[in-house]
Amino acid sequence: MKSLINLSIAILLVCAGLYFIAEKLEPSGGKGSKDTITIYNWGDYIDPKLLKKFTKETGIKVIYETFDSNEAMLTKIQQGGTTYDIAVPSEYTIEMMIEKDLLYPIDHSKIPNLKYIDPYYLDLPFDPGNKYSIPYFWGTVGIVFNPNLLSKPLTFESWNDLWDPSLKNKVFLVDSAREVMGMSLNSMGESLNAKDDKLLQKATEKLIKLSPNIKGVIGDEIIPMMENNEAAVAITWSGSAADMMAENEELDYAVPKEGSNLWFDNFVIPKTAKNIEGAHKFINFMLDPENAAQNAEYVGYSTPNKAALKLMDPEIANDERFYPPEEIKNRLEVYENLGLEWLGKYNEYFLEFKMSIK
Amino acid sequence: MRDRVAKGPLIPYLLWIVFFVIAPIALIIYYSMLDLQGNFTLENYKRFFSPVYLKMAFTSFFYAILITFFTLLISYPTAYFLTKTKHKHLWLMFIIIPSWINLLLKTYAFIGIFGLYGPINAFISVFGIEPKQILFTDFSFLFVSVYIFIPFMIMPIFNSIDKLNPSLVDAARDLGASPFTTFRRVIWPLTIEGVKSGIQVTFIPALSLFMITRLIAGNQVITLGTAIEQQFLVAQNWGMGSTIAVFLVLIMFASMIFTAKRTKGGRV
Repeated sequence: MKSLINLSIAILLVCAGLYFIAEKLEPSGGKGSKDTITIYNWGDYIDPKLLKKFTKETGIKVIYETFDSNEAMLTKIQQGGTTYDIAVPSEYTIEMMIEKDLLYPIDHSKIPNLKYIDPYYLDLPFDPGNKYSIPYFWGTVGIVFNPNLLSKPLTFESWNDLWDPSLKNKVFLVDSAREVMGMSLNSMGESLNAKDDKLLQKATEKLIKLSPNIKGVIGDEIIPMMENNEAAVAITWSGSAADMMAENEELDYAVPKEGSNLWFDNFVIPKTAKNIEGAHKFINFMLDPENAAQNAEYVGYSTPNKAALKLMDPEIANDERFYPPEEIKNRLEVYENLGLEWLGKYNEYFLEFKMSIK
Repeated sequence: MRDRVAKGPLIPYLLWIVFFVIAPIALIIYYSMLDLQGNFTLENYKRFFSPVYLKMAFTSFFYAILITFFTLLISYPTAYFLTKTKHKHLWLMFIIIPSWINLLLKTYAFIGIFGLYGPINAFISVFGIEPKQILFTDFSFLFVSVYIFIPFMIMPIFNSIDKLNPSLVDAARDLGASPFTTFRRVIWPLTIEGVKSGIQVTFIPALSLFMITRLIAGNQVITLGTAIEQQFLVAQNWGMGSTIAVFLVLIMFASMIFTAKRTKGGRV
């Protein structure tokens, strides 16, 4: 009995000690003072030279941390205990963060460089008037394909090319309900934000007809697999496509003419921020055309900064695959927040489709 | 006084069971009865009995049974012959060592091995056979799952065969039983407890496998585990996710009861 009491006391002491250490460690998610800012961004999503340049110009030190999914980022910011001054979520997450009151409004007067952003990318439904977010990069959902592995010369100008019987067991899909359901809706000329059971049912039936062509429905593994020519065709985001094409030069990317998804990763200032002034300075710095051009060339995604585009290598800036022409751009749609009920329905239809693959 | 001495050391275990076994299950049941708005409802259970989810539960169950069956088919003879070798514990260790490697790491290795340009296809193409689609098939899913569970199945079976008194086998043979009868009437009944624990540690995790379904089967096999992950992370419908989990827990209970030790009448 005595040893048991001793043991309990020892455990309590260890717990108290651990708690104390944790308390001490907590602020390491950023120092949170006037001369540092903490940035929370996707991995490999900024030119590190720009961070150094920023410190040199403003004297503000940068602490840079990375995340690998919107959900992980959201959870970490929601839990608190961090002092991130800037985060870079995608548009649907921004909408959620606004709803949950996790963001500070952005003071546009402190970001004069906002004038360089193409108005096409401003004032979108997920953040009207850009009250809480400033565009960083954007992209599309499209088709990556390897022309050398096709037995029939398909161009993928239309989503319906995917249903071609010559593609039997040659197509990868990304494991995400909205992308795949949206693709099917688009192929029928419908909106990828459709809230109509009949339409979704039709889209699912159409997808089930696609199942003989499906090789797998996978996640980020799609990138190395396409690089290794495991399949001829994949539906994915333009950003992943750029990564694949950098490794495998045979690959090509197309955004079908029926329309597709337009996505954004934007700067936001979470409520955990300690250096709001510094955060504004950083956003303004990144929007400077010269810096934005350098960053876009490093990262390889599409920049919304039209002044930066003029400074960039014309071969990149005129690449219609990543900067689609006006007529296609007009058919791109941003995901609207469908609400949890419809999100659930999209997922259930997607599940039904996945179960039909054999 | 004697009572207190006996109960005192149990307290940590009781606390453990309350906090980490009973409380989570109670929470899962509680959440399973909430809808998206947090209202009390049985709607989730009704939805579970729709064709989509029932079919999924059935496939999960079916694949888990297949995986367990093949794992047993390979493990029992392996364990049996292991006990007959000279350095049996050394050999056993060689079989157990791969289970020290992280599951995901092994899975990724299989992606490379099974790939169109992987070693297996390179090997068969030597014989002039066209590269075959191995990854993202039922075969690859079963193969990798069985591979992963084999060490867990071998361990308990090995122990029970090892404990088997060899003179019993000799006696059966001396009394004229054929090798098959010896196995059926003596070896198998005496090692059945090892087989049962082996089935438990294989069948239950096999029901909720989820990373392998995506990485190796390319989501062509959908298990209850995949659906739970989707409901929590993507659809953010904790209620529905919990409902599926409740059924998973129920199936697990059922399989535990099915494989539980039976006290033989009159001989307790």
